[in-house]
Amino acid sequence: MHEFRVRVGPAAFRVGSAWKAPIDALRRLYGDYPEPALVDFTVRLDPARPWRRYVRPSVLIAGDFMLPDAAPLPLAQGLLAAEMGMNMQMALGWRRHLLLHAGAAEKDGRALVMTGHSGSGKSTMAALLGEGGWRFMSDEFALLDLGLGRRADDKTAAAASQESGAILPFPRLVSLKNEGIGAMEQRVPHWRLGPRLRGTPKGDVRHLVPPAAAIAKMDVPAAPRLIVFPRFGEARAVRTVAPGELFMRLTQASTNYVALGQAGFAALAHFCQTVPARAIDYRNGEEGVELIERLWEEAP
Amino acid sequence: MDGELLYTRVPDEELLWHPLGPVTLVYHVRSGITHIVMEPVPEILAAMGAGPIGAAAIAVNLAQRFDLPPTDANALIGARLAELETLGLIERAARRA
Repeated sequence: MHEFRVRVGPAAFRVGSAWKAPIDALRRLYGDYPEPALVDFTVRLDPARPWRRYVRPSVLIAGDFMLPDAAPLPLAQGLLAAEMGMNMQMALGWRRHLLLHAGAAEKDGRALVMTGHSGSGKSTMAALLGEGGWRFMSDEFALLDLGLGRRADDKTAAAASQESGAILPFPRLVSLKNEGIGAMEQRVPHWRLGPRLRGTPKGDVRHLVPPAAAIAKMDVPAAPRLIVFPRFGEARAVRTVAPGELFMRLTQASTNYVALGQAGFAALAHFCQTVPARAIDYRNGEEGVELIERLWEEAP
Repeated sequence: MDGELLYTRVPDEELLWHPLGPVTLVYHVRSGITHIVMEPVPEILAAMGAGPIGAAAIAVNLAQRFDLPPTDANALIGARLAELETLGLIERAARRA
């Protein structure tokens, strides 16, 4: 069994694999990330059947938390399997923060949160912002602080930002998909890109190493200032999302809201009361970034 | 038909309230379920006081602060009370003789 360990923000992972290739890819792309001694989650990449380790190798994603009907992937998509396995552990097992299926970026010490369905463009948008004056925080999960475990006498800046329900970074590799791949290939050096994985369940996928500053500041939270619901490929439009609708949509965008009980309710209700929300439609990445920059300037 | 149904609110410490614009969030601690309600639900629950109380008395309390429809107020409030009981936010106390 080949093994790799990595910490991304507050979460530490161990990935064990029956094959060497996915681990080599992880080591290269996560080369600048810290290696933890202890881990929160274990992901295993196992052969779907014993002989499928050698014959048409087929990767089954296993780990501490598993979906019973997860379909195996070909070995060529082993890197994607590892990433999906790490996401699955977070989605099903994380309890220390409210998990929002959202991208996030930071500017001027405050956080922008972007949430939407797969294909809405939040990964590409988070990556584009990360190359253009923002600190990339996450393309998949925004972690909302629950305000638990804080000492009453802690007057540090980090504690102050947590007071208002800060967003914590989770800057794992950006999972670029389809049109988003071309947009980023023109902007970043080749070494920051993983192999192009064709014909995956999500279409073509290519992983991107976040900017060095995003990795260096993976433990620095930011108080939220604006949340947007991007929708790619539609005529330009902006709509205000009322706090009640925001709450309902975010409970749907959270995989652990129900599990967190009262703490999750208090954190999310506070977020929805204090953070302005906009739904934006945009035709391409440039238009999306321009809209977000304008809304950011207008936000209180 | 027997007498009017009477209800009491579940204990205050079992419900967490959070007004959010035109809607109000209600977290039910015992079930862990979040409800999103609109008027007149928060107003009805406030008008129930310590209870037990029925639709007619709630209508009298609400009429002191709001314009209620003159004819079917009791039926409207009775329907909301039945829904709130289903949600577990109030409990049936007794039936007035």
